[in-house]
Parts: sequence; C-alpha cells; structure tokens
Amino acid sequence: MAYDKFEILKDSVVPLPIENVDTDQIIPARFLKATKREGFGDNLFRDWRYNSDDTLIRDFVLNNPIYKGKILVGGKNFGSGSSREHAAWAIYDYGFRCVVSSFFADIFKGNALNIGILPVTVSEAFLAEIFGEVEKDANTQVEVNLPAQTITILSTGSQESFAINGYKKHNLLNGFDDIDYLAAMKEDIKQFATASHY
Amino acid sequence: MATTLFDKVWDSHVVRKIEDGPDVFFIDRHFIHEVTSPVAFLGLKNRGVDVLFPERTFATADHNTPTINQHLPVADPLSANQLKALEENSAKYGISHWGLGNPKNGIVHVVGPENGITLPGMTIVCGDSHTSTHGAFGCIAFGIGTSEVEMVLSSQCIMQPKPKKMRINVNGKLGKGVVPKDVALYIISKLTTAGATGYFVEYAGDVFENMSMEGRMTVCNMSIEMGARGGMIAPDETTFNYIKGREKAPSGEAWDKALAYWKTLKTDADATFDIEYTYNAEDIEPMITYGTNPGMGIGITHAIPTAEEVGGGKATYEKSLGYMGFAEGQDMIGKQVDYVFIGSCTNGRIEDFRDFASIIKGRKKADNVIAWIVPGSHIVEAQIREEGIYDILVAAGFELRQPGCSACLAMNDDKIPAGKYAVSTSNRNFEGRQGPGARTLLASPLVAAAAAVTGKVTDPRELLN
Ligand code: SF4
Repeated sequence: MAYDKFEILKDSVVPLPIENVDTDQIIPARFLKATKREGFGDNLFRDWRYNSDDTLIRDFVLNNPIYKGKILVGGKNFGSGSSREHAAWAIYDYGFRCVVSSFFADIFKGNALNIGILPVTVSEAFLAEIFGEVEKDANTQVEVNLPAQTITILSTGSQESFAINGYKKHNLLNGFDDIDYLAAMKEDIKQFATASHY
Repeated sequence: MATTLFDKVWDSHVVRKIEDGPDVFFIDRHFIHEVTSPVAFLGLKNRGVDVLFPERTFATADHNTPTINQHLPVADPLSANQLKALEENSAKYGISHWGLGNPKNGIVHVVGPENGITLPGMTIVCGDSHTSTHGAFGCIAFGIGTSEVEMVLSSQCIMQPKPKKMRINVNGKLGKGVVPKDVALYIISKLTTAGATGYFVEYAGDVFENMSMEGRMTVCNMSIEMGARGGMIAPDETTFNYIKGREKAPSGEAWDKALAYWKTLKTDADATFDIEYTYNAEDIEPMITYGTNPGMGIGITHAIPTAEEVGGGKATYEKSLGYMGFAEGQDMIGKQVDYVFIGSCTNGRIEDFRDFASIIKGRKKADNVIAWIVPGSHIVEAQIREEGIYDILVAAGFELRQPGCSACLAMNDDKIPAGKYAVSTSNRNFEGRQGPGARTLLASPLVAAAAAVTGKVTDPRELLN
C-alpha cells in the first residue's frame, strides 16, 4: 500500500518508557479479525488505553492530552512477539510516522519500514535523555532527518546518527514499496523458479 | 569455503543482491491462513496483479476457528467473514485450500509437515511468527507480515537482508520428565527474549540428533521467542524416515534424487558462526514460566527470582509479576491452576498427546481445572483415537476438542478468563495473549498433565513411573 514520503520530521514526542512492548500490547489479537486495513489506530494499545468497560485509563500516555506528536518513543526491545503487521498499521493509522527506541524486534522493524514508518535506533543514553527532556517539558521537539540519518533533541542540541540500509531509505524517501520493485523483475524470478530444487 | 547449513539454503535462494539493500529471496513454499491474508489479497486486487505461482501457496483455516461444533456455521460474524475471504481468494487464484471440515485441516505448522509439503532445504514463509517450526526439516522458515504475504503472492519473493548466524549446542542426556519443550524454554531463559535478535539459529549436538521430528519442531517453533528470525536442524535419517510416504513427499526416482540433495544439507566441519552457545542436557529440568514473556522461565522446583537476580528493568519486572499475581521468591510448585491447555503448533502433535496421556492414565482430572485438549490437526485427532489416547482422556474425565489454534492466541471463543491461571503448552505468555487478563504459565505437555490431575503446579517427575 502506498504511503506518504518521509524526509524530515520535526515534532513533539509521545513517551512510552516501557521495555519489551510486544505486538500483543500494541494491538491485541482480538482486533485482528478485519479483512480491510482500516481503523486499527482506534485500538492501538487498547488494553493499556481502556478499562474492560471501555472507560479511559487516565494515566496512560495516549490518554494524556499534553503528549502529542508523530514520534513515538518506546523502551528497549520494542515490537517483540507476534509478527502481526497490524501492529505497525495501528501505529501508522493512529498518526505516528516514526518510532524511536534503543532496540527493535526484527519483524516489527521490517514491517514498519514496509509500510512507511521509520524505526530509529538510538543509544540507551540518548533514549534516556529524550525521556528526561520530555518529562521536564512535554512539548520537547525532536527532529528526525532521514536524508542525513540524524536525530536531534532540539532543546539540548544532542544529536545521534542512526543506521538504515540504502535501499529502504530510498523507498521511504520516495514512498515506494518492495512490491513495486519486485514487480519490475518478474521475468528474472520466473527463470530462477524453473531452475530451483522445488 | 566452508559453509553452514544456513548459508547453503540461503545462498541458493538469492535471486538478486541489491547493493546496500536486502537480498531478493525466493520462497519455495508459502502457507496462508484466514487472519493475515485477506488484506494481502485486497492489495493484489487494488494493484491489479495476479498470484505468480499459485501452486506454491497452501491455505488452511486455523487461527480463528471454533474447536467445537465445527460442522455448524461459525457464530462470530467477523471470523466467518475471514474464513469466507480465505475460501473465496483461494478459489479465485487457484490456491489449494483446506478449510474448516476438510479432513486435512489443522494448524498451518502442523499440516505442512504431516502432509509432506515441508521438505528439507526449502524456504518457507507464512504470516505467522511460528513458521520457524519448519526449520526442524533443515528449512529456512520464518514469519512474515501482511505486506510480505502480498509480495510472495505477487512475486514468490521477499526482500530480506541475510541474518547473522548462531549455533546452539546442547549435549548430553535429558533427564527423566525433561522433554523438547523444556529444552526450548531453558534456552530462552538463558538467552532472554531478545538474545537471538538478528540471528538465524542452527541447533546442534546429540540432544537434537536423538530427538524425534515432533520434538525438533517444538524446539524450532520456539526460536522466535528468543528473538531469532528462525531456527533449523540439519536433516538426517530421522527426518527422511518421517517424510517418506507422506502425501506430497517425492516418491520413486524423485525420492532418490531428493535424498541425494538432502544429504548435502549440513554445516561443514570447519564452518564458523557469528556466535555460539553450548549447554548441558543434564542441567535442564522440567521448566515453567512465571512472568509475561517466554524468557521468564525457571526449573519447576525453583523459586521466582528477584529483580536483582534477573537484572534489567526493575519496574518492568514488577509490572510483570503484578500482572501474574506472583511475588519474588515464591515457589512455583503448589500454585493453583484453573485451566490447562494442551495444543498449538508448539505442542499439538501426536507425541505431545502421548506424553500427556502417560501421566493422566489411571488418574482423574482435578475438579478445579478446566482442560482444553486441542489436537493440531484432524490427522493428529485420528491418531489420538487410533492409539487409544482418546479412551485414556475420557476415562480420566477429559474431553477432546476439534483442531485449531484455540487458546494459543484466543481469537476464537477459547479465552482464559481474566485473573485465571492457565498452564499452557503454547508458546506465548504475554499479557492478554490467552484472553484479556489471562495469566499463562508456559510448560511442556508433561507439566500440563501433572497440573491437570493435581489442580496445581506439580513436578511431573513425581507422577512418572
Ligand atoms: S497455534 Fe498459535 S503460534 Fe501456532 S499458528 Fe496458531 S496462533 Fe500461530
């Protein structure tokens, strides 16, 4: 599915300083029954956002109006567990375009990149600094610069570089996805298939 | 150059290398199910593209299906909708489909191997993280997201950077009551749930060499729980014997040719790995988890460790124990159990039910326990009946349900109620995985059986002859 191009994102952040946030928390399995890719943002972190009677859990960060922005900052090992791409959809659909953590689970990272979310891996110290700054001022601005591959906390000027492979970067910058690429090499694939063991 | 089993299979499936990018990676077999495929098919439709090789994709309904009264229409309209979408999409594109009621139906990672669809040296993907199960046959098999399902349907390829290589050796002799699930939970407890992130694992050593295919599938299945992309075991005589004669396995001349190829699928003696771990079989006890990730496991006779002992974030640890209603230092033995679930692609094969039956035989189900006994497929269900395990279950006061994923992810009605404790042979104990508020203790079929007849966490070794 096509997504918006990503270049430079400057915004306030939503802090979620919890480690091992697994995809079952991001989007519980009972919301995977859709046959369309719509409305997942409503159920993002459902069981942390709402009580079982659907009343809001006031102290969860997404329910706190002082925190907003397109950048979600999570604790170490973000996105572990189930491979469900719905987790990335929910994050995108809710309005996030970038997730920052000191460590991402593999499948989540791949899913995010495929649908136009930029996962930015920073050092533990940098992550702690973001959380610290946001605690002081909920409006702390962070700039994620994809062309330069840098992330900057604007209030302190602290900056780190992040890694992303050139192919994925090119896709994100242009709003392309892998399917576009593969469609262009169908003949090569057919030839390869003929020669394969199975 | 000396290469590993993983290199051999990976390198022979690279269609193109993209500079500073992933490999274009060819997929031999693709499994789909009702939950992660509808949106992929919708994507195909929107792009106006066809399925490139429909004969390489296999569909089964499992995630969302009821485990009783499967002959009746599915009551949940959303589930029914997904099942219908799978059936229609399969028919439209010419994909083989084993829907509800089909005698071949069952959990995707159970039916693939048992019908000979899974063969050594294949690359296999499915929109389910436990696709790693098929690694037991020396396959590179891993879970993918829905965009990738669409990629495989449209091009039979996905984009993948080659993971790093890890080897995990376990040598020695497993003690009484220690089964493959315990080996997996033990390794994860050592490595943590992120310990193998970025790696593809090869399991080696005599413990795996002496293990049955069912056991190897259990171990490879759990690879993902330590963060690995997948896990694999070199095929050997055990593998070949398992495959021979299965419906879709090669036969006659094709068998001989395949066999010659399969025998080349092993790691060269002098090949190296990016990282290697070695454990002793004698150190492994029957395992159980006490927390909310599969890495939070201990030997069943041990006490729940303190935050200091486990290291890492104290707040996260306390949140986890709080959810479970446990405290540091408590013994696991003797804890009350409300539910027992045996099934899933981790432990829903015939050997698992044999293990379960070995303990419940001649005993009675505990009154305080509700047990869900769910075979991984109709073929497993038939074996349960043929081998007399069904009679043992009934005599002990248990019922047998119909195949499906069931309480592994609780998308159907098989949900553990909030606050209740379930000893489960599945693979994940995350908050709410088995139903909102459910508290899961992951364990082997033997530990599940011991809990089912005593109503509490019990060392299965005390009940084994
Ligand atoms: S049993 Fe659980 S892990 Fe296995 S395929 Fe079903 S949902 Fe996935």
